[in-house]
Amino acid sequence: MKRYIRSAPRMFGTLGQPLLFFLALGFGFGPVFQRAGEGKYLEFLAPGVVGMTILFAGVFTGSELIWDRQFGFLKETLVAPVPRLTIMVGRTLGGTLLATIQGTIVMLACFLTGFRPVRWDHLPRALVFMVIIALMFTALGTVVASLVKDFQGFQVIINFLVMPMFMLSGALYPLTDIPDVLQVIAKANPLAYGVDGLRGILVARTYFGQLVDLIVMGVITAALLLFGTYQFNKIQI
Amino acid sequence: MNGKFSNPPMISVRNLVKNYGNSQALRGISFQVQRGEIFAFLGPNGAGKTTAIKILTTLLRPTAGRVEIDGLDVTIDQHAVRERLGIIFQDSSLDDQLTVLENMLYHAVLYDVPRRLRGPRIEALIEVFGLGEYRHKQVRRLSGGLKRRVEVARALIHNPKTLFLDEPTIGLDPQSRNYLWAQVKQLNEREDVTVFLTTHYMEEAERFAHRIAILDQGNIIAQGTAKDLNMQTHSDTLEDSFIALTGREIRSEDNGMIDRMRQLSQLGKRK
Repeated sequence: MKRYIRSAPRMFGTLGQPLLFFLALGFGFGPVFQRAGEGKYLEFLAPGVVGMTILFAGVFTGSELIWDRQFGFLKETLVAPVPRLTIMVGRTLGGTLLATIQGTIVMLACFLTGFRPVRWDHLPRALVFMVIIALMFTALGTVVASLVKDFQGFQVIINFLVMPMFMLSGALYPLTDIPDVLQVIAKANPLAYGVDGLRGILVARTYFGQLVDLIVMGVITAALLLFGTYQFNKIQI
Repeated sequence: MNGKFSNPPMISVRNLVKNYGNSQALRGISFQVQRGEIFAFLGPNGAGKTTAIKILTTLLRPTAGRVEIDGLDVTIDQHAVRERLGIIFQDSSLDDQLTVLENMLYHAVLYDVPRRLRGPRIEALIEVFGLGEYRHKQVRRLSGGLKRRVEVARALIHNPKTLFLDEPTIGLDPQSRNYLWAQVKQLNEREDVTVFLTTHYMEEAERFAHRIAILDQGNIIAQGTAKDLNMQTHSDTLEDSFIALTGREIRSEDNGMIDRMRQLSQLGKRK
């Protein structure tokens, strides 16, 4: 937690990428999107980019576990008389806070470039959604980190889990008219529900429905937390 | 000797076996450590010392056998066992990017030290271990010796009943080593803390440990006071006994042994 604030370059790095996506794609695809009769692409993209930020930030902070394992600090935590569920939840909450803060910063940046939500008074609800997305992905990052032991493994995860999750989530394009295969994949993709919920609140446009989004994410998060606790119980060094 | 210790033993290990795949790290070791005793585990590298410590501290599960700490089974009452232990690992387990004080506070929170006791206890330990001026320094900026001191100080915050030290003085200069042992000895005498340690410095074991067990290839090959071991092998020093027991050949995993032996003989000469 405290560690993160001290590594300012990393903060900049994790914020830089989504903003680049937002600006380059937002303005680049904007005209095409409009001509296709889908409205303003910037508006469509903003919730997606916020979701993306939280996905990356969450998974990354979750994976700090690998660092702790490599540098021995994890041992200090594991020999302490603390219930494993507390360790899991504690780690996840720490990461959640950071990921939410980053998501918020990106959202503010979107406002700066001209993005406007349909209703300002719904912003607190958007924040709730962001917290849940963050919770889900930090838990995911932690669980995955508890399964792999080194950074090579972690690279694989980023390439095969996080990137596809982002690309296939509907963050960049609407899910309505895509091929069936992609739709099925999207339905199995946790980020799709997160982005969809955010979009529902911010630009009143949803694919699954906000309630479904909430329930699906809640269930996934709870399952991840339980599985993570189980992993922590089993972990041996 | 026996009169000083009251039963039941603090640590009781019976027929402990640990396999990693096909290789056997521990082949059924048994020993007991009494309350208030300083017990040393010696053995060539790869003998299974660290594996044993990891099992005793709940980090690893034994393949077979029974391990009890303060009468509690380490595989069942993990939580209660963890409360009773203070552990200094072979390699650093500090968070590099936190300051000395933050590391200690984190530990105090983990071990549920009451809030009003945290400050005074940490300050007292910082004082004892001479860490005052480094209080707000990030751990990664400290020298190896200072890091070690922080670890020992940290392990004591929650008043553990038993202290595990896995090669605590490795890489330390003689001053820091003496300092560390003096503190551990004091703790043992004043607070009656049981100490379980492993080391490669025979001289340390001879000076500080009440009893010694020599571990080789997963078996305990000798056990007793330094005097017992010397008598048993007709040697004058523990180092000679150790070599008599474990052989002169260098273990495949270990190239540092010769260096350490050399250091040791130099230490001896200086006296």
